[in-house]
Amino acid sequence: MAQIGIRGVRKSYGKTQVVHGVDVDIVDGEFVVILGPSGCGKSTLLRMIAGLEEITAGEISIDGEVVNELEPRERGCAMVFQNYALYPHMTVAQNIGYSLKVAGVPRATRDQRVLETARTIGLVDFLDRKPGQLSGGQRQRVAMGRAMIREPRVFLFDEPLSNLDAKLRVQMRLEIRRLHQRLRATSVFVTHDQVEAMTLADRLIVMNEGHIDQIGTPSEVYGLPASRYVGGFIGSPPMNFLDVTVGGDGGHVVVGDGQHLSIDPAIGAGLVGQTVEVGIRPEHVTVGHRAGGSTLTAAFDFMEDLGAGRLFHGRLGGADFIVHSPEHRPPAFGEEIPLHIPRDAVHLFDPQTGKRVAAQPVVQAAAA
Amino acid sequence: MIERTPILNVATHVIMFSGLLLLLVPVWFAFVASTHTMQAVNAIPPEFLPGDQFFTNIEAAWTRADFATKFVNSMIVAVGVVVGKVAIAAITAFSIVFFNYRLRQLAFWMVFITLMLPLEVRIVPTFAVAANALSPFQVLMNLFGITALVEAVSGVRVELNWNLLNSYTGLILPLVATATGTFLYRQFFLTIPDELVEAAKMDGAGPIRFLRDTLIPLSKTNMAALATIMFVFAWNQYLWPLLVITDTANFGVVVVELGRLIPDMTTTGGGIPEWHTAMAATLIVMVPPLLVVVLMQRWFVRGLINTDK
Repeated sequence: MAQIGIRGVRKSYGKTQVVHGVDVDIVDGEFVVILGPSGCGKSTLLRMIAGLEEITAGEISIDGEVVNELEPRERGCAMVFQNYALYPHMTVAQNIGYSLKVAGVPRATRDQRVLETARTIGLVDFLDRKPGQLSGGQRQRVAMGRAMIREPRVFLFDEPLSNLDAKLRVQMRLEIRRLHQRLRATSVFVTHDQVEAMTLADRLIVMNEGHIDQIGTPSEVYGLPASRYVGGFIGSPPMNFLDVTVGGDGGHVVVGDGQHLSIDPAIGAGLVGQTVEVGIRPEHVTVGHRAGGSTLTAAFDFMEDLGAGRLFHGRLGGADFIVHSPEHRPPAFGEEIPLHIPRDAVHLFDPQTGKRVAAQPVVQAAAA
Repeated sequence: MIERTPILNVATHVIMFSGLLLLLVPVWFAFVASTHTMQAVNAIPPEFLPGDQFFTNIEAAWTRADFATKFVNSMIVAVGVVVGKVAIAAITAFSIVFFNYRLRQLAFWMVFITLMLPLEVRIVPTFAVAANALSPFQVLMNLFGITALVEAVSGVRVELNWNLLNSYTGLILPLVATATGTFLYRQFFLTIPDELVEAAKMDGAGPIRFLRDTLIPLSKTNMAALATIMFVFAWNQYLWPLLVITDTANFGVVVVELGRLIPDMTTTGGGIPEWHTAMAATLIVMVPPLLVVVLMQRWFVRGLINTDK
């Protein structure tokens, strides 16, 4: 169990900087998920915590001790890799017990602990098999057992589920969550899959091009995205974005085709006449007229049936617009349908910086 | 894929069997020759079927060439070359692939270039070095005036001398120092995924531990392949032992000794060539490499079927 402090951490390969100054504190026993598209520097950050990459600038500490110059084995971290990285020539038992063997733990103790770990991950019957004879999910469990047996201060997961098929992924996700509930070890999990991130995380770190865009609980990140990027990345289907101008008194914005969309006047007041970008989640829009908020019409072309709901694809104010609705009737091609958009479903973003425009700055949930 | 090409099938088989015949006929004649008396072997037309003198000839060849000693020598040289080669190849490739240091690529290419300089090409300088393995250092010391300095101070003239002629070391070392194995190992090590290296690091295994616990067990089939090739290579060496060993009674190897049995003007002195003993000796000399290949082949197959990956 440990807390991790990351201060001003940067990483460059030659002249290319891939991580541009990251500050975050991870609390003892917390499950933190770093989410971002490939190439955003999330794996690099994780590998810097593990000690597999040198830290170009800044400082990483575990339990208050700066670990920048420590070898991976001295940091007390265990890591689960994307393609498991099991030793192909060793049996499951040898794989799990290898770190203890290296550490010089006597045979009897080692066997005892391997057995305990195997019981936890449900692989007691497979201890004599080689990794080549196991299924993907079983290999993944061996990789987790190998990390667990060391009783590490920190668990690091580098996209461990991305090589599994969809069903197994859900199952392993739950197992990881259950494991964390029991062991309560500080965990850092890297993924590009938002569902995985939302379901596992106590706190989410959303990364974009080497920067942290937002840190917060899954509902904070979903409910109050700190930037246009976060809004578009979290949620499926993604947020709709419209370029608009703030109108009259700041209580509404004017969409491309002249329709009015009401917004919080407290935010709009200072922006009258300016161009902003609004983001509206497809699932917050309802079809038909309602009281409160605003009603706009959009032209729809077709519908996708997801079973649990339907996605209506159309255009609003010159931009593509998607509505997630339980409505059954497919639209005629180009049919104009009235949409109700509540005021608090409208997120405003600065078109230049992409940052959220708010009456008060969004409280970043970073524990200082 | 379904293929119905009976004519092509017949043709390929004809080619295959004629190739086989081409390879086996000389061996067959060697065997036949080793089973007849001197008169029968030299008779015209030649015999095509084996006679009854096989064991007599084998015994004659064995004693005449003093194979009892020579076999031990050859075995020491071949095993020495195999062990040295595998060890050096594994370590150099380990260094080149898994460590990041300046001039690493240069080091690799320097090693690689030795492939273009087999022993036969550099035989004269190699012999000079074998005659005194420390002579390069002597030259350097002379060049930088260290010899003169030491002589001026202590009055002793430094003469470094380490003679490798007529020794197992002299037979083995020059054959070990080539790049074949390094290259083979490098190619194999490059296929080891980075994550495996990192997993070992996370598990606390240092480089030597990683080499011992992971790389060497994983490269077993590689090692078997390299060992087989190098054993046959070292066993069949002729030119180098011929040069470096003058004390043939104690340090001679079988292949050189076999060469002495092959009849020519110097051995027969114009008499009747003794092909029957020469061929019997040939058969004896062929056995160890043949055995190694046959035994190791099972390893290859096992390695291929039960792939660890």
